[in-house]
Amino acid sequence: MSVETAIRDYSLVGPEAERAVAAGLASARWYTPPITRAELKELMRRDDGPAIRDTLIWFAAFIVSGGLGYYFWGSWAAVPFFVVYGVLYGSSTDSRWHECGHRTAFKTQWMNDAVYQIACFMIMREPEIWRWSHTRHHTDTIIVGRDPEIISPRPPDVLSLLLNLFALKNTFAFFRKVFLHASGGLTDEEMTFVPESERPKVHFVAGVYLTIFALVIVACFAFGSILPAMYIGLPTLYGGWLALYFGVTQHLGLAEDVLDHRLNSRTVYMNPIFRFLYWNMNYHVEHHLFPTVPYHALPRLHEAIKADCPPPYPSTIAAYREIIPAILRQLKDPTYFVRRELPRAAGPTPVGAVAAKA
Amino acid sequence: MNENWIDAGAADRISPEDVAPFEHEGRQYALYRTADDRYFATDGVCTHEYAELADGFVMGTIIECPMHNGRFDFTTGEAKGAPACVNLATYPVKVEGGRIFVKLS
Repeated sequence: MSVETAIRDYSLVGPEAERAVAAGLASARWYTPPITRAELKELMRRDDGPAIRDTLIWFAAFIVSGGLGYYFWGSWAAVPFFVVYGVLYGSSTDSRWHECGHRTAFKTQWMNDAVYQIACFMIMREPEIWRWSHTRHHTDTIIVGRDPEIISPRPPDVLSLLLNLFALKNTFAFFRKVFLHASGGLTDEEMTFVPESERPKVHFVAGVYLTIFALVIVACFAFGSILPAMYIGLPTLYGGWLALYFGVTQHLGLAEDVLDHRLNSRTVYMNPIFRFLYWNMNYHVEHHLFPTVPYHALPRLHEAIKADCPPPYPSTIAAYREIIPAILRQLKDPTYFVRRELPRAAGPTPVGAVAAKA
Repeated sequence: MNENWIDAGAADRISPEDVAPFEHEGRQYALYRTADDRYFATDGVCTHEYAELADGFVMGTIIECPMHNGRFDFTTGEAKGAPACVNLATYPVKVEGGRIFVKLS
């Protein structure tokens, strides 16, 4: 098969979308590992404590890094503090957006919603659009033509991945869409997953976002400095690299069109600082298998079901030792993917799920 | 017993503050028991997308869908926010002789 004939249409409104539905891959039944109801109920239990603790540390880190960046502004000494501020703003917000979008981080609902709105603004993800796109991502994880959150197609779009080290492509797409949404429009793809009843919220929030960014620009001119934008707006770009570094490990290079999260997702062990910044999203297989389990319980869930899952990656470096060669090979052969091996005693993948990809 | 009251099994098969499935004539229902031993019944499938609510999580009088975390108040069926936007149907429940009866019309 040539590269040209193997290239698929990843849009949600093209022939692959129809093919996925016809193949039974849309809104399908996915594999669920065996776990007792009592055990799962205990794991799903909500608790405000861990997220309040982590959020207070998070806000304190913003204040300290941002304050010292301000103090040293104009000298090279400001750089490390803005590096930290940028990673907090442009990367750690990926996990806050994610966990609070699921409404599992906090037990108290308004706390989830408040942190969700803050994180969405920081990482430039419109809250309603991304709530619904992520809903689809969980329904049809890495199903081509259905999942709007496939990070890169096959063959991989290496240029886009590199641009997104500084969130350049994502930011361009964000502003293009936020102007469209503020003017009352939606893309054809967004119309496939955002219900009509929720669309007025999209248009309202887009207007609010544009107003805030306009005020930041006005402030930069008023003060004759880019400093205001160093705190609001630009950190999404200069601090977005760690979100990409983490995000690539979730699914890239693994199987498409399988109804088994053990085969299309990675669990990667990370150090405590990474896990704080990423809020345990490195337990990604577990998160997809049981989205109702809060981030602070994912390590326990991992222990409970790991005999049923492929072995986790011991580090992000180990994951990238697999991902980078897979990307390079997919550039020549878009049909290639990393085939995860299930333990011998693990439950079987749903019949037809793997065959359906061919 | 009125013919519309359907025997849905032993009351103690549901733990306090939990949910259990019940199927009748090919249709899925979800039965709930609150922490203070009140019982409720709703349709068994989330109004957003196909997911069985009996696999979800009960918090007080809220059932959270296991797939997308949509939430409903199972005492009224009210959807409590996206992605749950359409209310759940609810059904009268009574407990007699240690068994749950659901009135299905």
